[in-house]
Amino acid sequence: MVAEYSKKEIEDLIDGKLPFSMMHKMLSSFKDPSRFDTYLEILQDRVSWDDLILLPYGLHLYIVKKPDGQRIVKCDCGHEFGSYQENWKLEASIRVRKTDDELQEIYPAMMHCDPEWMELREYFCPGCWSLLEVEAVPPGYPVVFDFLPDLETFYQQWLGRQIP
Amino acid sequence: MRDLKTPQEPIGWDGKTLKAMLTESEDLFTETGRYGGIRELKIKASDPILYEKIFSKMRGGLVNARETAMNVSASPIVKEIGELCFALYTPEGDSIALSTGIIVHVHTMSDAIKYMIRQDFEENPGIAPGDIYINNDPLVGDVHNGDVQTLVPIFWEREIIGWAGGVTHVIDVGALTPGSVPVGPTHRFEDGIDCPVLKCGARDTLFRDHELRCEKATRTPMFWKLDERARIAGCHMIRRTVEDIINEVGIETYKGFIREVIEEGRRSFLNRMKEMTIPGRYRAPAFTEYSFSAETRLPRRARVDKLMHGPLEITIHGDGTFELSFEGADAWGWHSMNCTPSAMQGAIWVLLSQTVIPNDKVNDGAYLATRNNFPLGSWTNPGVSTVSTGISWFFLIPGFTGLFRSLGRAFQARGYIEEVLAGYGLTANCFQGGGIDQFNRESATTNFELSCVGTGAGIVRDGLDFASAMWNPEGDMGDVEVWELIEPFLYLGRRIKPNTAGPGKFRGGSGFESLRMCWNTPYYELQNINVGKVFASAGIFGGYPNSAGYRRNLHQTNILERVKDQLPYPVRDGDPADSEILRLVNGQRVMSDKLTTTLPELFEEGDLYLSVLNGGTGAGDPIEREPGRIEDDLNGNYLMPQYAESIYGAFVEEHNGRYGVDPVKTRERRQTIREKRRKESVPVREWMVSEREKIQSGAFIKPIRAMYRSSMATSERWAREFRDFWNLADDFEMGE
Repeated sequence: MVAEYSKKEIEDLIDGKLPFSMMHKMLSSFKDPSRFDTYLEILQDRVSWDDLILLPYGLHLYIVKKPDGQRIVKCDCGHEFGSYQENWKLEASIRVRKTDDELQEIYPAMMHCDPEWMELREYFCPGCWSLLEVEAVPPGYPVVFDFLPDLETFYQQWLGRQIP
Repeated sequence: MRDLKTPQEPIGWDGKTLKAMLTESEDLFTETGRYGGIRELKIKASDPILYEKIFSKMRGGLVNARETAMNVSASPIVKEIGELCFALYTPEGDSIALSTGIIVHVHTMSDAIKYMIRQDFEENPGIAPGDIYINNDPLVGDVHNGDVQTLVPIFWEREIIGWAGGVTHVIDVGALTPGSVPVGPTHRFEDGIDCPVLKCGARDTLFRDHELRCEKATRTPMFWKLDERARIAGCHMIRRTVEDIINEVGIETYKGFIREVIEEGRRSFLNRMKEMTIPGRYRAPAFTEYSFSAETRLPRRARVDKLMHGPLEITIHGDGTFELSFEGADAWGWHSMNCTPSAMQGAIWVLLSQTVIPNDKVNDGAYLATRNNFPLGSWTNPGVSTVSTGISWFFLIPGFTGLFRSLGRAFQARGYIEEVLAGYGLTANCFQGGGIDQFNRESATTNFELSCVGTGAGIVRDGLDFASAMWNPEGDMGDVEVWELIEPFLYLGRRIKPNTAGPGKFRGGSGFESLRMCWNTPYYELQNINVGKVFASAGIFGGYPNSAGYRRNLHQTNILERVKDQLPYPVRDGDPADSEILRLVNGQRVMSDKLTTTLPELFEEGDLYLSVLNGGTGAGDPIEREPGRIEDDLNGNYLMPQYAESIYGAFVEEHNGRYGVDPVKTRERRQTIREKRRKESVPVREWMVSEREKIQSGAFIKPIRAMYRSSMATSERWAREFRDFWNLADDFEMGE
């Protein structure tokens, strides 16, 4: 049976208020096909700006359509990172934990990486200073482009409608 | 027994050989893109109730076989933890249905059957009703040598109509070093019992020479023999189930059904991808390490410090096809952590069946809807027949953490946020070794409490604490009393290990720690196997990795004197900076460091061994974590109080031993943290300028330079992307 959930139930799910028994049911059941649109609607209601959300892109980020038609990555605080086809991290701010002292703000001694072998790269939004991603990579590793969605295929072939 | 000089009548359908059937099946798929060339699912369309009934009987038979076989075995790994699974295959070796359990092996056994067919086993040694085959060769079809498979052909009248397969993880595989995931072998000849698909029985009876050979080749012959009987019992139960189904529906319906159900599996997988994910490209590299440069017991060529590179990339195509690539993985090596394509394929299976296809109707149809790229010469596909694969999992598990994270990004973008997982914990430390046990017998163990590490966090809930293994979602740590029966080491304690969970708005599942004391043995050697110098997995959306491992073993201690004098003794390590072990016990030799993967070390009575089991990775910005959750972490000993502020910005108050978090003062502290982030960070493009200079000067330790050199040599594409990203010259090479 195809499941359906109310907007309120999805809002509670987003806010971590849904009882575990209900979440368990959600996990075990067939998926609700209308979820994408419901989720988008809730997120659009919650942001303070008017640009149309095309795709959720993490806990603070969205791919949105600007009035001039550009599709960009935008934070819920309003900061804009540029085209979604480029890695948004390159336009973020970074702090690198690469010493024992820096790592020991997060991990007890002995329980963190050896900074000669690996560093933690923290990527912040320059607008609200939320921590958007943490990379755990050896020094010198290229910045990771986590996700490049194929928006046209998704909207046209999978959802069966034109991309807004 | 058949005379091998007399040609055998073909055993395939309609007078064909098995090899002809396999070729025909593969050609049909290549031509049509559909399994068996099937366009319409006729049985499903004409009699859907019958179709579902047949599948349910199969599935029920397989699960029943597993549950029964579990109780034939005596090994705690199988009996307590459930490290076994069964599957049913077509004559060509394509899986039709499977049991619960370590379903990583569904396609590995398929590889083994296809190997037999391609190697003309039908001619020699011949395939007949009642035959029994054994396989544990990852180059043929397996993950690592400790996973031992039994394969039994199923006949109806004169035709082969399928195969029953079963696999158990044995407790000792007779390798150079004791246990089932040996660290120490540097090539195949040290990996232990070697069965690259062998006929080991006929007329439903094991060959005596095979049994005697295995009995002499493992340190735990009783467990080996009962494991083998468990697998055979399960396979024979499956054979009976198939015979019952055919008696009920007829052979022609059965033959049609097994084709249709695989094609349905293929179509379902593609639909499921379209239903739950987003097409596009996902990248999630992972790393792991070991340090053997000073290990004089290894051959000189194996004495290196190694950083493994697992550059996982997933592409989800418009038709729903799932493509996975490890382009840029560094080279295979003289160690036992190499993987084969069969092992890699197994990992894809076990992870997709926990995420995209978590239902019972899973079979090789899903395999047919995936594509992969395991570069030849890399650790993912050495292409060398003598390579060691004893503990492939050590590279495989970190290498695939990005699959969960990448699918998590897809699920979040699609709105199925309840499904997001920030990776998983590496199933370690592994307490493994051998020697003389408390019954004065030669013995060995691999302690499978490691099958209960923390899971990755979600984005609407925390990860599960000490809950499961990526390779066995039904993980169970086993009772301490059972492990104490086969290991001459007493459990002084098994406790929650604070700060093992990866921090985040939602934290990863917690790990735990077991403190063991060597007792009642004249001689026992133990290894540590974990990752200490790097984090084996990243978090997601601002969550942090779970903690890295460490080693803390004490030799020649005064603990027995303390017990005699009725003085307190440690039951855990707790905060490593304020170690309960070091506070209460003196040792002549204290191994306290980040060397977390070691060769066996001698332990004697009163020596202490600490096993820290990993947590899972975190999700989301930690300063968005609800104060109530932080309180629970503090009061449940999942988080040391001194980290509540630096990680979460929490204002903590203690009253009568209970912790509380003030929400107003916490909000203020979190604002200060945002300000600190602003002051301490720089624009990424600015940072890249200084990083580029480091790369040009090669200012990294040797294992990192070696990793970059190796990845650039293995993959032109990866080398080009590396040079392009850092704006380096076209002929840039990382220095020695």
